[in-house]
Amino acid sequence: MSTTETVAHAATQAAQTAAASLPVEQLVQTPFVATFTIFVLAIFIGYHVVWSVTPALHTPLMAVTNALSSIIVVGAVLQTVDIGGQAITLTSVLGAVSVFLASVNIFGGFAVTSRMLEMFKKKKK
Amino acid sequence: MNLIAQYADWIYLVAAVLFILTLKGLSSPTGAIAGNRYGMVGMALAVLVTLVIAPSPNFALIVLAMVAGAAVGLYRAKTVPMTQMPETVALMHSLVGLAAVLIALAAVHNGDQHHSTVQRVELFIGCFIGGITFTASVVAWGKLSAKLAAKPLKGGWVKPVQIGLALGMLGFGGHYFITESLTSFWVMTAFSVVLGYFLIAPIGGGDMPVVVSMLNSYSGWAAAGIGFTLNNSVLIIAGSLVGSSGAILSYIMCKAMNRSLMNVIFGGGMGGDEAAGAAGDAVQKAYKSGSADDAAFMMSNADSVVIVPGYGLAVSRAQHALQEYANALTEKGVKVRYAIHPVAGRMPGHMNVLLAEAEVPYEQVQEMEEINSDFSNTDVVLVIGANDVVNPAALKDKQSPIYGMPILEAHKARTVIVVKRSMSAGYAGLDNELFYLDKTMMVFGDAKKVVEDMLKAVAH
Repeated sequence: MSTTETVAHAATQAAQTAAASLPVEQLVQTPFVATFTIFVLAIFIGYHVVWSVTPALHTPLMAVTNALSSIIVVGAVLQTVDIGGQAITLTSVLGAVSVFLASVNIFGGFAVTSRMLEMFKKKKK
Repeated sequence: MNLIAQYADWIYLVAAVLFILTLKGLSSPTGAIAGNRYGMVGMALAVLVTLVIAPSPNFALIVLAMVAGAAVGLYRAKTVPMTQMPETVALMHSLVGLAAVLIALAAVHNGDQHHSTVQRVELFIGCFIGGITFTASVVAWGKLSAKLAAKPLKGGWVKPVQIGLALGMLGFGGHYFITESLTSFWVMTAFSVVLGYFLIAPIGGGDMPVVVSMLNSYSGWAAAGIGFTLNNSVLIIAGSLVGSSGAILSYIMCKAMNRSLMNVIFGGGMGGDEAAGAAGDAVQKAYKSGSADDAAFMMSNADSVVIVPGYGLAVSRAQHALQEYANALTEKGVKVRYAIHPVAGRMPGHMNVLLAEAEVPYEQVQEMEEINSDFSNTDVVLVIGANDVVNPAALKDKQSPIYGMPILEAHKARTVIVVKRSMSAGYAGLDNELFYLDKTMMVFGDAKKVVEDMLKAVAH
């Protein structure tokens, strides 16, 4: 075995040992860290993207972010479910009401944003 | 269907990227329209995937709720006047907040779902942010639409009540966390809803631009909180985007109004007291006044005119007449531009939308930083319905409550024309020395009437 081979072999072994000792199971059991990572990174993206928005469009920005935060409809849909074969439960009714509220915002938010943006566009000659 | 379920997380990722592109698009008016479409596509993808992966969803209920929501939302979006955008946005925030509360309540009552300790904390956080957002936005909506008194709730008892409610909310939330008691969760929710009211009621109507931006942020955090509970990345990403967007807008508004965020949230009515004191020692000073015809004559003979619109312009619905007048001036070879202060309207960017609605060309509208260096080369500045944003005291007078607030430096122009109802003080209750300068001419009257008279004068 040449020196390089020995080194390479040692490195592979070290890597295998490291991989084996990685607390993989622990990571799976605590997805909170993973989701929290997404959360923190998304805040950074938001910070940088929003600073690039032209001040003239801050009102459309607020309207469209309203529509975006209504992505909460995903959570509402997941609660509008049959539980134990029952269609109407407290959970499904509350879920349906929140689907309604979020839908008002989604459709209203995007529509009013495009209405405002059309006003800005018309003038762009 | 199976295939979609298998790739659900990938599709959520696509939706999240589309949401980021939506905000990215808003860096220019042309890109914004495409960006808005990305947002719609992203939302549609996210909803469709969720319908596929939801365990035994009740399609009838979901579709019914969505169709009803779409009808209400689209109708409001088509009919709402642009002057009412601030209260409409506030109302939309309240819907997000209420939805977050209801989802959290639905989740804790869902017998099919078991919530781990982490999820219980997340449910609790998502729910109370939602609860606060809900009532706080309703109060903001009430103040903006003049359905509630704009006057702040005052008194030494306000702060102890706020603290008591916050502690009660956290206490019952903690009890729910330990015992999973549903009653405690409901009580916690009730506390958060009441707290929302007491957080915003002490804030004056003039600070509402900051409050609306702040609630925008809250509604995002509420969505992110629910996202944590569901372990759903698209909710977390969209929520954080909105949360940081609202936070940045609050910061911009605070800076433009010379307030610190802490001061707006915790300072309550303090600004009002200071302002009242300052207005008290105003003395009678000499000013010049003239007619709309005089003003029109001066502007027709100018090379360049900068119009400084304030909310008073929108109140008297004069923006269309003003644009007609600006067009008439442009035809005479006058260079006309609009100068927008960040707090010219009732929410960030509000005045830009109002002018865009009146078909003012985008290129003619300039932000404060762009135009401030140009005022010294401007022949006539026409101030309509604005006051504090052109008050030079903000630059010079260290005693003034608005000292340090960035202003449009209208006083540097050769001539200033101010259209105003009377000599009464502005929102901050301050006298404005701009009105008493030798080069300033006051034109008294309703903004719309004055603009129409100027238009008539220039027509022949």
